[in-house]
Amino acid sequence: MDARLNFIDPAEPPVSVPPPVVRLRGFVRSFGETTVLHGLDLDIRPGEFVALLGRSGSGKTTLLRTLAGLDAADGQDVRVPNSRAVVFQDARLLPWKKVWRNVALGLGGADIRDRAQAALREVGLGHRLDAWPLTLSGGEAQRVALARALVREPKLLLLDEPFAALDALTRLRMHDLVLDLWRAHQPAVLMVTHDVDEAIALADRVLVLDAGRIAAQERISIARGERGDLTQPLRHKLLDILGGTPASSGVIPFPQGGHL
Amino acid sequence: MVAPTGSSRSLLSRLGTSHWVSPLALLVLWEAASRIGLIPARTLAAPSTVAGTLFAMIVSGELPSNLLVSFQRVLLGLSIGITAGVVLALIAGLSRRGEAAVDPVMQIKRTIPTLALTPLFIVWFGIGELPKVALIAFASTFPVYLNLYSGIRSVDPRLIEGARSFGLSQAQLIRHVILPGAMPSLLVGLRYSLSIAILVLVVAEQINASAGLGYLINNARDFLRTDIIVVCLMVYAMLGLGADWLVRLIERRALVWRPSMVDA
Ligand SMILES: Nc1ncnc2c1ncn2[C@@H]1O[C@H](COP(=O)(O)OP(=O)(O)O)[C@@H](O)[C@H]1O
Ligand SMILES: [Mg+2]
Repeated sequence: MDARLNFIDPAEPPVSVPPPVVRLRGFVRSFGETTVLHGLDLDIRPGEFVALLGRSGSGKTTLLRTLAGLDAADGQDVRVPNSRAVVFQDARLLPWKKVWRNVALGLGGADIRDRAQAALREVGLGHRLDAWPLTLSGGEAQRVALARALVREPKLLLLDEPFAALDALTRLRMHDLVLDLWRAHQPAVLMVTHDVDEAIALADRVLVLDAGRIAAQERISIARGERGDLTQPLRHKLLDILGGTPASSGVIPFPQGGHL
Repeated sequence: MVAPTGSSRSLLSRLGTSHWVSPLALLVLWEAASRIGLIPARTLAAPSTVAGTLFAMIVSGELPSNLLVSFQRVLLGLSIGITAGVVLALIAGLSRRGEAAVDPVMQIKRTIPTLALTPLFIVWFGIGELPKVALIAFASTFPVYLNLYSGIRSVDPRLIEGARSFGLSQAQLIRHVILPGAMPSLLVGLRYSLSIAILVLVVAEQINASAGLGYLINNARDFLRTDIIVVCLMVYAMLGLGADWLVRLIERRALVWRPSMVDA
């Protein structure tokens, strides 16, 4: 499609890379005296799966809330698509609405039940349409939250430690589900996590947030199915960075500026 | 041989733990004490007399007609009080400016025991129906107000934020998140309002009534008819039970989503 566009408009330089769906330049966010995000640059391409690692309190949620539009950006250089959806660590389903109504929350039209049902089928919960949220298990609730996000066909899907509260087995199943959904709907994904293995298993690109900036980033070109042993060096590298140890091991000094 | 022993023992133990055994025993004692003259009829009528009086009052229509009068007072007072409580709570709960305007006044109102206003209400509204209804309305406003207001304010902010992230408007937020979230609190307030309304009814009906349960009681007092007084007390108790049953019915319908309800 881009190629054809270039034919139509010869003035446009031939670009193989589509414009990013998310673009932040020099983004700053402070709470009172403390500056949490400090001149942060970020680009996310359409359909890209990005994992954001960082220590607790490093500002991951703050960044995600900005991208979600939950916090005002006060005229800063922040570009995000209009269609976004968030999945929080807690599913945040409204307990007084049946599952399908939660999925359809805020949607209009006559066919919302059908749309909700289709989305719930995708996450394997087509049979729980009329269940009350409080009767769901943690994993099921999180799957409903995913369905609720995807029914909107977002260009940007924001996940804030979505699986942190789940047991290990359920988490692995959710990884597969998220990848399936991502492949089917192709949103750009920004997934916040503090789990290095999770980041490596899922993402095209892993970012590390530290001291208010993207302190490091790694692109993973190995296919997702074959990442097991091949990514061990990367795993150690990321853990080193997160551990805050000086790069004495010689593994990786931070790329200066941590720029994309 | 074994089975009868087992069943008779279980019957005995069931008798021992049943909740109606001790009230029934009390009733039997009371009847016996009345029969042998230990409790004179002018102090307290015997249960059998009360039952007879109740039957006679129902048949003659005396009880139903006066009950209807009392019932209308409660219903009217409650409707006004609950409506006012809900409206004020919405104003105070949904906007900061509304809170500044309404809540201080309501907190002052809370410090005044409603029944202490009776003399003032008589001066203002006379001794007809108006002061009775006004007292009930005034008293039943606050529980609904307080509970709904705090219910609105304590709706889980994470749910509000989650809903907001899907682009819900303020009106949609109120309708889909805030009001349903405050519903359990509203029902708690409603329960308090109903029982307070009945309490106030009892006192308000002492104001020179010419009909209603209070009128029956006042009359009975003048003629030392303790049986009629006990009948009216029973009716008041029934009103209280009925109110409780009503709230529970509403709860079962409005809070079906709660785990306890879901399990049932
Ligand atoms: N609303 C707020 N008011 C004040 N400080 C905040 C607020 N939100 C976050 N912070 C602070 O910003 C820092 C980053 O928080 P957060 O983005 O939640 O971290 P993370 O998600 O990476 O664990 C923390 O030090 C936190 O205390
Ligand atoms: Mg966080």
